[in-house]
Amino acid sequence: MLRRFLGLLLLTALVGLGGCATTGGTPGDPIEGYNRAMFGFNDTLDKALIKPVASGYKAVMPEFARTGVTNFFANLGDIWIGVNNILQGKVGAGVSDLGRFTINSTIGILGLFDVASSAGLEKHNEDFGQTLGRWGVGGGAYVVLPFFGPSNVRDGFSRLVIDWHGDPLWYVANIPTRNELIGVRVVDDRANLLDLSRLAEEAALDHYAYVRDAFVQRRRSLIYDGDPPPESNPAKSSDSGAGTEAVARAGTELPPAQITNQWGERVITAADEELTPAKEFARAQSQPAAARQEAAAAAVSNGSGSVYEPKIPHNHEALLAISAGVRTGFAQASLKQ
Amino acid sequence: MMMKFVFALCFSLFAAAVPAQGLAPDVQVKTITNEVIGIIKQDKEIQAGNRKKIDDLVDAKVLPYFNFSRMTALAVGRNWPKATAEQQKALTGEFRALLVRTYSSALSAYKNQVIEFKPLRAAAADTDVTVRTQVKQPGTEPISIDYSMEQTPTGWKVYDVAIGGVSLVTNYRETFNAEIREGGVDGLIKSLVGKNRSLDTQASAKPK
Repeated sequence: MLRRFLGLLLLTALVGLGGCATTGGTPGDPIEGYNRAMFGFNDTLDKALIKPVASGYKAVMPEFARTGVTNFFANLGDIWIGVNNILQGKVGAGVSDLGRFTINSTIGILGLFDVASSAGLEKHNEDFGQTLGRWGVGGGAYVVLPFFGPSNVRDGFSRLVIDWHGDPLWYVANIPTRNELIGVRVVDDRANLLDLSRLAEEAALDHYAYVRDAFVQRRRSLIYDGDPPPESNPAKSSDSGAGTEAVARAGTELPPAQITNQWGERVITAADEELTPAKEFARAQSQPAAARQEAAAAAVSNGSGSVYEPKIPHNHEALLAISAGVRTGFAQASLKQ
Repeated sequence: MMMKFVFALCFSLFAAAVPAQGLAPDVQVKTITNEVIGIIKQDKEIQAGNRKKIDDLVDAKVLPYFNFSRMTALAVGRNWPKATAEQQKALTGEFRALLVRTYSSALSAYKNQVIEFKPLRAAAADTDVTVRTQVKQPGTEPISIDYSMEQTPTGWKVYDVAIGGVSLVTNYRETFNAEIREGGVDGLIKSLVGKNRSLDTQASAKPK
C-alpha cells in the first residue's frame, strides 16, 4: 500500500508548476523550488508513459486477473512487512505477516489468492522508513524523488538504500525476467491508482501542495498504524479557530482519571479539582515561547514521552506537540514558529 | 467517579427515551453508509458514472449530516476570524461545492469493497467523537475512513473525514494559507470559484 500511495503521489499531477512557486517558504519544505520541478518531471513522465500503459492494462485485463497480479506482488511484499513489524517490536503482527506469506504462497497458489485475509490475518503496511520513525528518527525535509515521488529525507534514504534489500524481486537472478516483473508491478500499481489519482487531481487547488500535505499526514498515520496521537501543532492551534476551541475544551472538560507526571506524582486527581499544570511546565504557562525549549528537553529526558498523553489542562496541546515532535521527529512544529 | 457514572447512566436513559434527538454517531454513520451503498449497488447508472444521479443521492442522503461551516473554518484555520461574514459565507459555499464533488467522485469509484465499522471508543456524554470505519480490498491493507463528528442541536454532524489518516479538511490548510497570504481572503474565494468552474467545464465537456 505504501508503494501504491507513493505511486499515487508520484503519478498524479495537474497544475504542479503553474501553482504558487513564489510562496514565502512553506515550513517543512525548504527545497520547494526543486521539489516542484521534480514533481512536474514525474508528472510529465506519468502522463506520457505510465498512465496510458496502466489505463490500457486496466481496460484489457479482466478484473479477476488483475486482482491475481496485485495479490501476487502483495504477497511477496509481506516478508519485508513482517520483518519491519518485528524490528518495531510488534512481534505478533510480524508473525502474522510471515504466516500470511506462508498461507498465501501455498494454499493461495503462489500468492495469486489472498486466502490469509479471509482467514482473518489482516495485511499490514510497513517499510523501513516507518521503522525508523518508530525508533524516533525524524522525517526531515520534504523531498520529491525522481520516479519514486513524494518522500522526505528519512523515508527517501530508507526507500533507496534499505527497502529494496527486502524486495524479493531484486533477488531474481535472470535480469530480463526481473526487470519484466518490476515493470508489471509498476503498471499494476498504477492501474490500481487510476481512480484515486483522478480524485486527487479534482480535489486539489494546488496539486503539488495537496500531495505534499497528504504525504506528511499519511506517513504520520502509518508510523502510528492509523492511530496517531492527536494532531497538535502549537502554531496552528494557538491561532486557528479550531485549535483555540480544542484548548478551551481541554480546559473545561477534564478526564476523570487520575493523572500523574513522569515521576508518578499526582497532578490532577479529579475533574473538579483546581487545575495545576505539571510542575516542570509551570513556567510554560506564563511564558510559553521561552519555556518551550525547556519543555522539549524534559520530553527528551522522559524518553517515550507517553506520560504527556494524559490531558494536562491549558498547555497540554503544546506539550503534546513537543513530545510528539520529539518522538516522530516532525520538525514541523518548531519550524512553524 | 461515581457521579460520572450516574451522570452517564442518566444520559443514556435520556438518550434512549428521546429517539427523535437522533441516533448514536456510530449507528448514524453505519445506517447512512449502508443505505447509500445499497442504492449504489442496485443502480447501474450510478455505477456507470452518471454524475447527476450521484449528486442527487449525495444531496439527499449524505449532505444533511455534514457541518460545512465548521469544515471550512477548520480548513481556513487562523485566517477564518479575519474574514467578514460575507467572505465566510462565500468560502463555505465554494468549499462545500468542491468537497461534495470529490465525495461524489469517490462514491462513483466504489466497487463492492467491504466496509467494516469499528466499535465506538467514546463515553456516552461525549459531544465530539471519531467514528472509525475500514474499507477492505484485495491485495492491500484495509484503508481507514474516520469521521470526526460533533453533537449539535440538530443531531450529530460530520466536520472532518480522514481517509488513510489524511484529513480531507486540514489537508487544504497550507494551500489556503498560501492563497490568503498572496491574494487575501478574496483571492482564495476567487481560486475556489475558478477551481469549481473548471471542474464544471470538464464535467460538461465529457459527460459520462
